Amino acid sequence: MSAMLLAQAAVNTATQVTTGEAVAFWVLGPLALAGGLGMIFARNAVHSALFLVLTMLSLGVIYLVQQAPFLGFVQIIVYTGAIMMLFLFVLMLVGRDSSDSVVEVLRGQRLWAGVLGVGLAVLIVTAVARALTDVRSVGLAEPNANAGNVKSIGKSLFDEYVFPFELTSALLITAAVGAMVLGYVDRHQRGRKTQKELVEARFRGEHDRPSPLPGPGVFATSNSVATPALLPDGSVAEESLSRLIDATASEKLDQERKAVAGTLPGPDARALAPGKEDRS
Amino acid sequence: MNLAAEAHQASGVAGAAWLLLVLPAVGAAVLLLGGRRTDKWGHLLGSGTVIAAFVYGVILFFDTKSLPAEGRVANLHVFDWISVNSLDVEFGLRIDPLSLTFVLLITGVGSLIHIYSIGYMSDDRDRRRFFAYLNLFVSAMLLLVLGNSFVTLYFGWEGVGLASYLLIGWYQGKNFAATAAKKAFLMNRVGDVGLALAIFLMFKNIGSTQYDVVFAEIGKQSTGVVVAIGILLLLGACGKSGQFPLQAWLPDAMAGPTPVSALIHAATMVTAGVYLIARSSPLYSLPQAEDARFVVMIIGAVTLVIGCIIGCAYDDFKKVLAYSTVSQIGYMILAVGLGPAGYALGILHLLTHGFFKAGLFLGAGSVMHGMNDEGDIRRLGGLARKMPITFVTWTLGYLALIGFPFLSGYFSKDAIIAAAFGAHGTRGWVFGGIALLGAGLTAFYMTRLLILVFLGKPRWENLKSEDGRAYHPHESGPTMTIPMIILAVGSVAGGAILSGLLPAWLEPSVGELVETHGPLNHTVVSILTVGISLIGAAIAFAIFGRREQPVTRPQRVSFPVRAARADLYGNHLNEALFSRPGVWLTRFLVFVDNRGVDGLVNGIAAGLGGSSGRLRRLQTGFVRSYALSMLGGSILVIAALLMVRFA
Amino acid sequence: MTPTYYLLLSALLFTIGAVGVLVRRNAIVVFMCVELMLNAVNLSLVTFARINGSLSGQIMAFFVMVVAAAEVVIGLAIIMSIFRTRRTASVDDSNLLKY
Repeated sequence: MSAMLLAQAAVNTATQVTTGEAVAFWVLGPLALAGGLGMIFARNAVHSALFLVLTMLSLGVIYLVQQAPFLGFVQIIVYTGAIMMLFLFVLMLVGRDSSDSVVEVLRGQRLWAGVLGVGLAVLIVTAVARALTDVRSVGLAEPNANAGNVKSIGKSLFDEYVFPFELTSALLITAAVGAMVLGYVDRHQRGRKTQKELVEARFRGEHDRPSPLPGPGVFATSNSVATPALLPDGSVAEESLSRLIDATASEKLDQERKAVAGTLPGPDARALAPGKEDRS
Repeated sequence: MNLAAEAHQASGVAGAAWLLLVLPAVGAAVLLLGGRRTDKWGHLLGSGTVIAAFVYGVILFFDTKSLPAEGRVANLHVFDWISVNSLDVEFGLRIDPLSLTFVLLITGVGSLIHIYSIGYMSDDRDRRRFFAYLNLFVSAMLLLVLGNSFVTLYFGWEGVGLASYLLIGWYQGKNFAATAAKKAFLMNRVGDVGLALAIFLMFKNIGSTQYDVVFAEIGKQSTGVVVAIGILLLLGACGKSGQFPLQAWLPDAMAGPTPVSALIHAATMVTAGVYLIARSSPLYSLPQAEDARFVVMIIGAVTLVIGCIIGCAYDDFKKVLAYSTVSQIGYMILAVGLGPAGYALGILHLLTHGFFKAGLFLGAGSVMHGMNDEGDIRRLGGLARKMPITFVTWTLGYLALIGFPFLSGYFSKDAIIAAAFGAHGTRGWVFGGIALLGAGLTAFYMTRLLILVFLGKPRWENLKSEDGRAYHPHESGPTMTIPMIILAVGSVAGGAILSGLLPAWLEPSVGELVETHGPLNHTVVSILTVGISLIGAAIAFAIFGRREQPVTRPQRVSFPVRAARADLYGNHLNEALFSRPGVWLTRFLVFVDNRGVDGLVNGIAAGLGGSSGRLRRLQTGFVRSYALSMLGGSILVIAALLMVRFA
Repeated sequence: MTPTYYLLLSALLFTIGAVGVLVRRNAIVVFMCVELMLNAVNLSLVTFARINGSLSGQIMAFFVMVVAAAEVVIGLAIIMSIFRTRRTASVDDSNLLKY
């Protein structure tokens, strides 16, 4: 039904712009412009995206008005609906902390961008205005008349533009594969051994020693790096000595050596109060 | 005019003339390469080679003399030396009366001085090397006089320059000796450039440097070329012979050992300039060369006066003798500048001067040898009784030098003075007068020297030499006195013998001696010369003989004495004219090079570097700025399109 | 009113997009500006189709949309991977390719 309605409208506006269309334009055009401006001025990227959605919706409607119903719906569904959501999705992934700071780091960038933008606009507007004065539009009534806009486009696509269309499919597949390649993260570190394999390798002699290095302070009363580990016999474990930090002088370790050896009169395990160690 | 006789190919005794060069050269080579191994017998080898060369020279002399006058010029081809396109220089010797005269002088005096050096250098641990250098010198000097082309001469010329440099700087540990050697070397270079340019000119205009060809063809050249070659040759002569304005190195050269001063800087090498001009007599005799000859005479006259005046003021024994040499060579240059009237006289004076000046130097050496190397005449005095042989031989040389009648100088110098008076017009009066004045001054300073050194009170008695030893003057040993005696005999008799024979003997080389008849005849000039010399001697006696002389030189003296002590500002002149402008020029060139050439090169580099540094800034790496320029470019393209479309 | 106004609207939107590319630093926003420029062009194509009475313009716009979709997929993937390594989505931070 809508197609019929649109076709009707198309016939009506075959050659001239109707008042309705003019009204639509004067509503949608400023909206689109406002969306564009809002997009570039919004500090928040999400706001920018929403402003762009506004512009795109306006454009979609303008397409509908301009006898391009297929494109209008594609614009709204695919563009506004899918692509912009993808944008938003990525925006959320990246996080909002990356939003622009207010300070412009490139000297003169904004000024020149403004000047060149105005210059570009003036140039194009001038060119269009001068070139297309008094244009009489032919209108799409005839192409759209036979089978409607969508059918006509489909016919052209699979008839006249079939080769570019197939190329497009290749492009899309390539893009999909590319996106997968870029987006894929290999979380498996190759060649990483399991703990079991590691232990076996240690005992096969593939490493310097089967056990881990003794940590500082093992069998000692302190866990400072400066305190060397003491072996069960009370001697200093050479491997535990740090190459960067001077180890505590061995005399100071005497106590600990004795403690490890059990020669130091320690607190009586059965005593309820700390007693004799005060004398030491 | 009767120029050099046609040269024939040397044969017989003359065919071995290369021995003259090779003997001393071998001596030098053996002594230098042999090192300390030759220390024991080095001096004997050195002397032996020169004596052998002398003996051969004598044989060659008599052999040549036995030939008829036309056959006395021989050419000995040794090998082809330089053969490049049209330049074809053969290494050849020219045996003719002129070169033979020099050969005898060089080897004769050289032998005597070698013998003398055995004694004089006995204390020097490097005596062997000294003899090597002396041999090198003799060899080079013989090449200089025997060569049959200007290039060969130049080779020898540089060789003697090298030997002179090495020997002046013999006491290399002493600053003044090193400086003096450098000075001599550098000032000689100035003259050598003149000689080299003269040779280039000959090659350019004549296409050869062989004497035969050059002298045969020189007459066809334009006046400008002849005068230019003449003056450039004179410049070379000035450098080597210590003539104005290049005289300043010669007195400094006395820094070398005394035998060197006697051999190189009195008798032989410094006379190379005279030889050069006499050898080029066919050139200077040309009518086109009138101007060049005139310049030669001026240089000679100026130098002889300068030498005399400075000689009057110096207190250093050897330096006075050195300036005396400068002045006497001035006489010789003046003589050869007179042209055909003077070549033979110049050579004659050269020979007699070689005898008596060598003798005087050896006497000075003997004195210094006995007096702890003391050369300041104010610290000497009264040595006649302590060194009788030295005194007698020295006095004979002295008398010969001042032109005492019938001694050597009388025959040679008076003849030059008379010939100078014989020059054309006012020139005769001017040059004759100068020469006469020079004779008086010569007598004055030589008498002063005689009185201060040998006569008067022994001022050295209460003094000590620089190294703190007391003076014990003593006569030198026989190796030193015998050469002095021989040279003294030569000084006495040489003039009388040679004056009669030499002009005719030299005729094949330098042409006939033309008698000139000036306003004053020979007898009058002789009487005048002797008279003026006596007056000079008498003044000197009056000033220095009567009064006690101070041991230190008086500082409050009149301007002329001060000027003379400062070498008549010869060094200042050289410095102001050549040295400073040279330094300025080099500074300027360095500036130009640094700022101009390098500046240009570096400037281009710096400019490119700087601009690329600026351009580099455009590459910020910021995508947005690239995008900005893209947009700018797009706008330009669009604007251009629109302008084409709508304009 | 004539269809020319659509073209003028398209020009203005294109300019806004271009300026946005220049002034915004967030890569995603820059990307959105590029999308805006593409949309502006699409509007022109649609308008030309109407003026000329031919569907070719619309088909071209359709192709532009397809290409834009592919571009968005790849572009966002690139932005993601850059963000993974650099923890930033600012185009100014990827400035290593400079002097």
